[in-house]
Amino acid sequence: MIITVQKPLPEILDSLKDYDNVFIVGCAACATKCQTGGEEAVKKISEELKKAGKKVSGSAVLDTPCDIRVAKRDLKNVSAGVFLILGCGAGVQSVEKVTSAPLVPALDPVFTGTVERIGIYHEYCALCGSCMLAGTGGICPITRCAKSLINGPCGGAVNGKCEADPDSDCAWALILEKTKGKGILKDYMPPRSFIKPKNIGRHKKTTL
Amino acid sequence: MTAELFPPKGNDASALLKKADFLKPFVDAINVTDNQRASMRLGSMAVSRLIKEMGVEPIMQMTCRDRNRIALQSDLLSASALGIENVLILSGDHPLNGEYKDAKPVYDLDTVQLLTAAGMLIKGTDLAGKNLSGTPSFCLGAVVNPTANPVELQIMMLEKKINAGAVFFQTQPIFDVSQYEDFLGKVRPVTGAQKVRILPGVALLKSAKFVKFLLGLPGVNIPQATVDRIERAPDQLAEGIKICAETISRLRGIADGVHIMAIGMEEHIPEILRQAGIKSK
Repeated sequence: MIITVQKPLPEILDSLKDYDNVFIVGCAACATKCQTGGEEAVKKISEELKKAGKKVSGSAVLDTPCDIRVAKRDLKNVSAGVFLILGCGAGVQSVEKVTSAPLVPALDPVFTGTVERIGIYHEYCALCGSCMLAGTGGICPITRCAKSLINGPCGGAVNGKCEADPDSDCAWALILEKTKGKGILKDYMPPRSFIKPKNIGRHKKTTL
Repeated sequence: MTAELFPPKGNDASALLKKADFLKPFVDAINVTDNQRASMRLGSMAVSRLIKEMGVEPIMQMTCRDRNRIALQSDLLSASALGIENVLILSGDHPLNGEYKDAKPVYDLDTVQLLTAAGMLIKGTDLAGKNLSGTPSFCLGAVVNPTANPVELQIMMLEKKINAGAVFFQTQPIFDVSQYEDFLGKVRPVTGAQKVRILPGVALLKSAKFVKFLLGLPGVNIPQATVDRIERAPDQLAEGIKICAETISRLRGIADGVHIMAIGMEEHIPEILRQAGIKSK
């Protein structure tokens, strides 16, 4: 899921300074799981805004604000001076499609997370567009090697720990352990492509 | 016999050039580091050219950290146009270990891919397969860390780098010669048939404080006995010189050469070599 953290309140208030009649949009999907955009988070920020002298005209927690159809269905009759969105950038930009009112994001999206439990998330997938996990024992060197090296480790790992973060395991040490030296370990991996596939199934990556 | 010099922060290379001139009779080539420790410095290519003009053979270090494949290949061509032939290719210390922690870590190519790209340039095309007008000639080097665990991964990387065209290697500083001998035994099946030269690194432990600093660096391993020797010595620098010379003499019979990392204390290299029983050129 998309992991988000709330922006500092002063930053949110600064972004709202020219507007009033704030309508707060929450997210019942990832941001609720993350405890950054569910009912409770919406209620909390609503109180904080009121305390800061802002008028809150209403709020809604959308099932999936990142779905333009959902945003349209739930927000089409809402008139607001500004939308404050407690969702990721995909959510903010879906709301952008259905309103001409100004938008302010309340969250910073940080990564696609694998959830261990609430509050413990791992950045294991970079959504790189070209999954190589089949050859690496299910351990991604793009996210789990600090340098995203795909031909093997650098010389900085000490006893299986990463030079950039000694608390993290060297991805390549993990891959060696998991694959027992098989998989892509000995192959030459050519430079990665940073172009993502344009057509995803029947759908375009970016249209509308 | 190689040494290394760090370009300064600023455009005044005079102190470095003085050191290069001083080292000229004692070493065959000098590595010029590339924004070492992920700090911003005068460029490796410019300094390599400057020392070459003085008649010193430069080894231009090139990291994958700061440039994408377009800039890396372009810089290889530029280096060649400036007469620089020896290029040592490394990943480069991560920005998190330097003074620009917020910087984008590039690593668009890794070391094996960059060696491959350099090899293609030598053969007359670039990574995109386009023909070059004028082809560079390089002596390509890379690094290997004999002290890093798991050692299988270091051997695998050594093999990949050799296959990608590296003909010489320099290592992280070696303080435990028997560990290095062990490593050589393990890599012989990989290096044996090839004309590959490995120059183990040796570092001058100038003080106990410096030993502590080194131990905090990625990939450095100093035996406790050596740490104790420096700590207990009445003259720590003299002891460091002695240890360095002893390491070189012990490596002499087994290594293809030595890469001396004096880290700001290059004026002691002649004394280290004298104690190691090595005559100047």
